[in-house]
Amino acid sequence: MACFLVPVAEAAVTTAAVKMLQAKEKANAANISPETVKPAHGLPFSHKLKWLSNLLWGGSALLAFEHVWHGEVTPWFPFLTAAGSPAETAQMLHEMGTAGVAMSVLVTAVWTGMVLITAHAERIDLSESAVEN
Amino acid sequence: MTLLTVVFAAILCTIVWYRSETAREWSISVLCFTYWGASLMWLVDAFFEYAELHAAYFTPAPLDMLNDFYLGLSAVALGLLIWLVLLLVKDPKGVVKNTLSKLK
Repeated sequence: MACFLVPVAEAAVTTAAVKMLQAKEKANAANISPETVKPAHGLPFSHKLKWLSNLLWGGSALLAFEHVWHGEVTPWFPFLTAAGSPAETAQMLHEMGTAGVAMSVLVTAVWTGMVLITAHAERIDLSESAVEN
Repeated sequence: MTLLTVVFAAILCTIVWYRSETAREWSISVLCFTYWGASLMWLVDAFFEYAELHAAYFTPAPLDMLNDFYLGLSAVALGLLIWLVLLLVKDPKGVVKNTLSKLK
């Protein structure tokens, strides 16, 4: 009914976090002098967080399209057909609390796995370059 | 059927991303994230539907299957459209910029 709204909310929060982190990383890079700076190793966290943001926005966009396809989202107020009656609204909120939350949790869990695998690969890369030096 | 269609699109895009340097320059990762994100979300939908329908979930009516496949293909097309718009906006090869500057 409107389960995609939960990942959309998470995507908005993630995008804001990405923007904040990027600004922070830029400011940090500007404060460090070129002589003291060590060569950066691995991807910045903002880049990894952008993966989650892309997964959530992309998935939500296609899911929103599915809801339009099934007539659950309309271009006129109140935009969600389920918001028309209290009984349907309750059902919609229940679906958001179950399926919507489960979607967000699964996507975040998969992203966590991606970040852990990347961190492991970066550690291996770092130890290999230390051995070479 | 929608889930299956989008999963195949996600796998195909990931293979292209892995194999081709040009595809990576063309931000095909956006397409991969879009399809994988949608696949994960539809997987959750499928679990909830299975919990409700049990074995009947695997024997849909042919007309429902056709409609779901049609929806899946449309979702794949929408993903491609989103990627195309982002590609033209980012313009990694500067093609749009060059064309516009020639017109001036």
